[in-house]
Amino acid sequence: MKDNIKLSDMSRQDRKPLTHLENKDLKPLPYPLEDPSKDHEWTPLSDQAKAKYECSLDDTCAVNIPQPKNRQEEDELVAKFLSGLDKLFTRENNWTFLQPLLLTMEHCAKCQTCSEACHIYEASGFNELYRPIFRSEIMRRIYFKHVKHGSLVSAWQHGDVVVNWPLVARLIELSYRCNLCRRCAQTCPIGADNGLVAHELRKLFSQEMGIAAKELHDTGSMLQLKVGSSTGMNAEVVKDNIEFIDEDMTEKTGIEVKTPWDVEGADVLLIHNAGEILAWPENPGAFALILNAAGIRWTLSSEIAGYDSINYGLWYDDAQFARVAIKHAEAAKKLGVKKIVLGECGHAHKSLSVIADRVLTGDLNIPRESSMTLLRDIVMNGRIHLDPSRNDFPVTLHDPCNMVRLMGVVEPQREIIRKICPRFREMEPHGVDNYCCGGGSGFAIMSGNNFRDWRFHVAGRKKLEQILNAFADCMDPSIPKYLCAPCSNCKGQFRDMLAYYDLWENHRILYGGLVELIVNAMVDAKPGFIEWEWH
Amino acid sequence: MVVLLCAVVYAAALVFLAACAVRVVKFARAPIHLRWELYPVPHEQPDRVAHGGSYFEEVDWWTKPAHFSFWGEMKFMVPEMLFLKGLHEFNRRLWYRSFPFHFGLYLLIGTLLLTATGVAAGFFAPALLAGSGGALLRSAIAALGLAGCALAVFGAAALLARRLKDEKLKGYTTGGDLFNLVFFIVALGVLCAGLLTRPPATPDVIGLAAGLLTFEASLQIPWLLAAGIILVSLLLAYIPLTHMSHFIAKYFTYHSVRWDDSINRRGSRIEARLAEYLTYRPTWAARHIGADGNKTWAQIAMTNPAQEAKK
Repeated sequence: MKDNIKLSDMSRQDRKPLTHLENKDLKPLPYPLEDPSKDHEWTPLSDQAKAKYECSLDDTCAVNIPQPKNRQEEDELVAKFLSGLDKLFTRENNWTFLQPLLLTMEHCAKCQTCSEACHIYEASGFNELYRPIFRSEIMRRIYFKHVKHGSLVSAWQHGDVVVNWPLVARLIELSYRCNLCRRCAQTCPIGADNGLVAHELRKLFSQEMGIAAKELHDTGSMLQLKVGSSTGMNAEVVKDNIEFIDEDMTEKTGIEVKTPWDVEGADVLLIHNAGEILAWPENPGAFALILNAAGIRWTLSSEIAGYDSINYGLWYDDAQFARVAIKHAEAAKKLGVKKIVLGECGHAHKSLSVIADRVLTGDLNIPRESSMTLLRDIVMNGRIHLDPSRNDFPVTLHDPCNMVRLMGVVEPQREIIRKICPRFREMEPHGVDNYCCGGGSGFAIMSGNNFRDWRFHVAGRKKLEQILNAFADCMDPSIPKYLCAPCSNCKGQFRDMLAYYDLWENHRILYGGLVELIVNAMVDAKPGFIEWEWH
Repeated sequence: MVVLLCAVVYAAALVFLAACAVRVVKFARAPIHLRWELYPVPHEQPDRVAHGGSYFEEVDWWTKPAHFSFWGEMKFMVPEMLFLKGLHEFNRRLWYRSFPFHFGLYLLIGTLLLTATGVAAGFFAPALLAGSGGALLRSAIAALGLAGCALAVFGAAALLARRLKDEKLKGYTTGGDLFNLVFFIVALGVLCAGLLTRPPATPDVIGLAAGLLTFEASLQIPWLLAAGIILVSLLLAYIPLTHMSHFIAKYFTYHSVRWDDSINRRGSRIEARLAEYLTYRPTWAARHIGADGNKTWAQIAMTNPAQEAKK
């Protein structure tokens, strides 16, 4: 159903969703998913969710905002929103992003160049609600009206908006319909940034109103600060798990694997996304194998947050972001390591290397590096012996937005893959022009209500199209295919999305990291490190 | 008449300059923000720019000399500024309208510079202006001015038509957006018509400009031309008060945001600025932030709300 949604609909008093998507409205997919009638039906929101939470935006509900009990509560929430909005435009409260936010607020020409670049807008069948500037334009109008205290002339110049609780509630949800991949910003002729607007809105809701997706806050950054990892693993549990992984890797490869812990003065402190340890243990295992074989003096840290590189604050809260980044740096400082190397996690790369560069000062400013470059040096300099014929299957590479477009680590992983994967093929477009996996900005770990349906049908759809196109010449299930994603969150999205569409079951498309491909090609290891089993 | 015209022209120029200066200062004095760059960054090494790479692609990048290519930035910026390269790449349909509009304005700026040259020559070397050089200059001013006006008016009209017709633009178009384009069409159209229809006895563009500059009371200016000068002056004053000041913003969105990959090294200017920001006292109200108006950013960042909750 195509809805003729207008900006003013955001303030509609009724609690009816502004849009409803059906499979036939969505961007068509290539073979074998070309028939929309055979696509999964969307799970409807439960009556309980609809009765309890603010679910008046679209078919899903990401944040679970409890409905206010009465008008007075609504008014208090709106007042809080406006007070947060004011703070967003002061240097004391938001020195972290004030300049880019002002530039974006005051100069958008509404030319819609950004629209074509947004995978969510395109995948939704160009649904107005998901147009990148829809959210920004609402924010802009509120900014001119309430922060700049615009008069009637200002309303005529910039457009008017009615700020009420329905609008604020919808805006909270809408700030969680963007992957923050910033592909739109890349195309803006002026340099305005709709991704930043979604980011700043999420910040306002979290930092002023205490509202955030629970997967990012309660069971994300708060749990990490409490026990050391958003997985819930404390230091003892993570050490046990790594010990088990070492044993498993030793048995599997025939090479003795021992992961060093808390080695003072090591050259490298490796920090994994701890999700790898639980969901994809072969990834930290492969890292250990490679670094040991290359003779690197490395260590893991058992300090709080020192063994989990995730930093969900990047997506919704500057204070939480800074706290976790500081914990990472403190772990490195305590051990006196020469540098921190980030495992295969895109947002951890950007968080600690790029964004935290202006948070960490003095002796906390310890050099941080991507594992992609370290691995490239090991592979290209022949520090381990590799046999590319062991990787003689079709391989394609996903570019995690945080690592590639937003950090500029593009070639090292490609150099490795070109060297060890004879049947490598690129997705189109790729590199800094890539599309998000659909799990970016925290979506990969968000599955409340029926959010998964939206995540696969809409957010991940463009990437799914790219994957199917990359393997179009070898979809026969007799040919195993490998989707390399050097990022935990992206892998989480691929695991769920490929399973949702039975692409492993029916077409043997497996996903995994980069180090697994390297170990699979290691001459000294027993063949068959990649087991071609679904995990 | 001349006094009125002079007053309007000078006041408009002052408003324009002041408003531009206010914007420049506002953005230049904004705090250094957290890094938010987008790749490719054109001042990187050329082999990296080609694929959008950064210095993070090197092992031990902090031990290597930083690379900054001014020409790399120029190679990107000149086609972007002159020909709107990005728009050409990402929104061709709009480019067909936007490029003539912007290029027309560039030609008008060129016309203004040539006119200023002519006025200066008239003051300091009148013989030059009387000769063939002067004739050439007058022809160039006429050609550039007419072409600029025609292109800008055509572009603005095409942009206006698109705003009115295109469904995807309509919902985001305000009265102000339409007024801006109409203002360009009317102001430049009237100025152009005034120049083209002026009687032969009226001074040429250089003469008019020199007359306005010297408050020459005897200057005879037809009403249509006077109206054009007034309208263009008002337009000039209006531009920096609107989002059309993106010619200023664009410098900052590119150099201070998209391309700002400056490293915060120990003891650097950036670190000193950050040290100042960390003393700011935020007032965010959410409980987990723990801001009470007394705690600094540094203190908040060093607090662990999960441990506080345990206590």
